[in-house]
Amino acid sequence: MRVGLFIPCYVDQLYPQVAIATLHLLEKYGCDVDYPADQTCCGQPMANSGFEHLTQGCNDLFIKNFAAYDYIVCPSGSCTLHIKDHLHGDADIPKKIYELVEFLTDILKVENIEASFPHKVGLHQSCHGQRGLKLAQMTELMAPPFSKPEQLLKMVKGIQLIDLARKDECCGFGGTFCVAEAAVSVKMGKDRVADHLHHGAEYITGADMSCLMHLEGILRRQKSPVQVKHIAEILDSKE
Amino acid sequence: MSKQDHAALADEFNKDEPRVDWHDQTLWFVREKRDKAAQKVPEWEWLRDTASKIKDNVLSNLSEYLTLFEEQAIRNGIVVHWAADAKAHNDIVYSLLKKHGIDRMVKSKSMLTEECHLNEYLKEQGIDVVDTDLGERVVQLAGEPPSHIVLPCIHKKKEEIGEIFHEHLGTPAGNADPQFLTHAARLHLREKFLTRRAALTGVNFAIAETGEFVVCTNEGNADMGAHLADIHIACMGIEKLIPQRKHLGIFLRLLTRSATGQPITTYSSHFKRPRPGQEMHIVIVDNGRSVQLGRKDFRNSLKCIRCAACFNTCPVYRRSGGHSYHTAVAGPIGSILSPNLDMKQYSDLPFASTLCGSCSNVCPVKIDIHEQLYKWRQVIVQEGYAPAGKKLAMKAMNWVLSNPSVYHTAGKAGRWFMLNAPFTVNNGLNPWWKGRDMPEVPRESFGQWYKKNRK
Repeated sequence: MRVGLFIPCYVDQLYPQVAIATLHLLEKYGCDVDYPADQTCCGQPMANSGFEHLTQGCNDLFIKNFAAYDYIVCPSGSCTLHIKDHLHGDADIPKKIYELVEFLTDILKVENIEASFPHKVGLHQSCHGQRGLKLAQMTELMAPPFSKPEQLLKMVKGIQLIDLARKDECCGFGGTFCVAEAAVSVKMGKDRVADHLHHGAEYITGADMSCLMHLEGILRRQKSPVQVKHIAEILDSKE
Repeated sequence: MSKQDHAALADEFNKDEPRVDWHDQTLWFVREKRDKAAQKVPEWEWLRDTASKIKDNVLSNLSEYLTLFEEQAIRNGIVVHWAADAKAHNDIVYSLLKKHGIDRMVKSKSMLTEECHLNEYLKEQGIDVVDTDLGERVVQLAGEPPSHIVLPCIHKKKEEIGEIFHEHLGTPAGNADPQFLTHAARLHLREKFLTRRAALTGVNFAIAETGEFVVCTNEGNADMGAHLADIHIACMGIEKLIPQRKHLGIFLRLLTRSATGQPITTYSSHFKRPRPGQEMHIVIVDNGRSVQLGRKDFRNSLKCIRCAACFNTCPVYRRSGGHSYHTAVAGPIGSILSPNLDMKQYSDLPFASTLCGSCSNVCPVKIDIHEQLYKWRQVIVQEGYAPAGKKLAMKAMNWVLSNPSVYHTAGKAGRWFMLNAPFTVNNGLNPWWKGRDMPEVPRESFGQWYKKNRK
C-alpha cells in the first residue's frame, strides 16, 4: 500500500526525530511510504483562531500533495482531526487519513512490537485524538473502556505505564490558546505535569507532539529531569 | 468587548495560585460526583440521547408547544405574559408588584432574571429583592454576581462567607462554621419568607400538555416563597418547554446527577394552579432566543437545562473562575449563548477554550458545545470583531503556510534565530516563554533529513 506521510509543520521544524520514528515504524510494517516535499500545514492554527476562510491555500496544497495515496498517515491526532472535519474539495481524503496509532492498530493490525523502553511512562491522552478520533474511551461517557495508545505501549518490552489522578484532562496547549490565554494554559500544563510527576513518571508520552511540546516547556522551566517522548519514538526504541 | 476580556480576567485570577488549585479541586470533586452518579445508571447514554431528541422535537415545534402551554396554563388559572426582551420582562414584573402595592419580594434561583438584570432594575424602582437560595444570598450580600449557575458562591471560601455574614447578618466575627452560618441564614430568610407578599421563582421545566411548571431546588426556598406569598411570579425562557409530563422523568434523572451528583433535587415542585386567593403569573421570555433558534449552527444551545456539568468539567473554567466570563451564564455553555446576546461584548468568550470537547460529552442533552465554540470563532472574525493585530498575524502565518518555498525558508530562518540568537525569543514579549521554555532547536528539519536519507 502507498502511504503518504503527513508531518505537521511544527514537527517537521522542531521535532524531526518524531517524523523519523514514524517513518521507521511504517516502513517496518511493510508500507511503501512517501513524504511529499511540498507539504506545509493542515491549516488548523488559522481555522481554530476563527480564520478558516483564509485556509483555502493550505487546503488546496494538502489535496495536491496527498490525493494520490491509498492512505495518509500523520503522527498527530489534532492535525488528522482537522483534515477529517474541515478539508473540503476532496471527499476521499477525510476517509483515508489516519493518525499513526489508529493506523497501526486498525489498519495494519499490529500485534507485536519489537521495542523496549524500560522506564516509567505516563500517557497523556490528547483531546483531539481521544475525544475527536476516539483513540481511547473518555471518562465523560458511561461506556466500556479502551485505549489504542495503551494497547500499543503495552507491547513494548520493559515499559511501566503509570496511573494518573485525572487520566484525560486537557493539558492546556489548545493551539493559539497557549499564547492568547497564557495564564490558564500554563496553569493547566503545570497541573498535568504535577499529576505525572506525583505518580513517578520518568517520561511523558502521547500521540500529539503539540501537547508534549507544551508540557516539555513547563518541565524544562521547572528544571525537571523528566522528558517527553512522542509515542512513535517509544514504539521505535531499542534500549 | 467589556473593559477586560476573559484572558485578562483569568490572568488576574491566576495571580493567587493556591486559590486556583482550591477552585479547580472543588469543582473537579463535583465532576467526579457526577461520574459516580451517572455510573450507577446503566441506561445513562440512552437517557442523554433521548433527552437530546425530545429537545430537538421541542425546538422544531416551539411555537405549537408555546401556544398549547399558554392555553393550558390559562385554563389552570395562571396569568400568562409574553416578554420579547429583558426590558419587557423587567417591566412586567415591576408592573405586577406596583399593581399590588408591593415593594419587597423574595426570589428563588433564576438565571433568566440574572440575564435580564432584574435585581438592579427593581432596585432602581425602589423594590427590595431578597435572593433566598443560600448561595445567591451570599453573593447578593457581597454585591457580586453568581460565578456559577448551580453553585453561585462556589468562588467563596467559608471564612469569607463568615465575614460577609458577620457584616450583614451580625454573626460573631471569625465564625466560619458552615452549619452555624447556614442556621443564621435560615433564621434571616425565615423572616423574609413570612413577611413578603410576592415571590418570584424560575422554571426548570414547563409542560406543554398540562400547563404546569416544575421548579427544582435543594433548599425548598422556591416552595417557601411561593406558598407563603399572595402573588407568585414564575419567569421562564421560551426554551424551557417539554412536550408531555411523561418526558419529565428523563430530564429529572439527568439534571441533578449532571449538576451535583445527587440522584434528584431535594424538591422537584410542580406548580399547576394558584391556591384560592393567590395569583400565579408566568412570564415567558424570548430575549434573543428566537434569533438563536434561527442560527442553524447554534440552535442546539437552546436545549440547555442549566445543569452546569460543562462548567465543572471545563479545565479552563475551573482555572479562571466564573467572573472571568463577565456574563450571567459563564462556562462553556455561556460562551456559546452570550455572543448571541451581544456579539461585540462577548467576542472573547468562544476563544476561552482549548476545544478539548469534554463539555459536549458531559452535557446531558448532548449539545455540541465545543463545535459551536469553533463556529462562533468563525462568525466573530467574519463579523469583524477580531483584534487588528490578530488579523495581521493570521494573514502573515497563512501566507507562509500556503507557500511551500516560503515555508521552507521561514523554517530555516526561524531555527537559525532560535539557535544563534535565542534572546530574540526567550524574553517577556513572547507569551510562550513567560511560563515555558522554548523547544530545543534541531539543526535540520525532517524535510531536509528526508532529502538526504531517502530517495
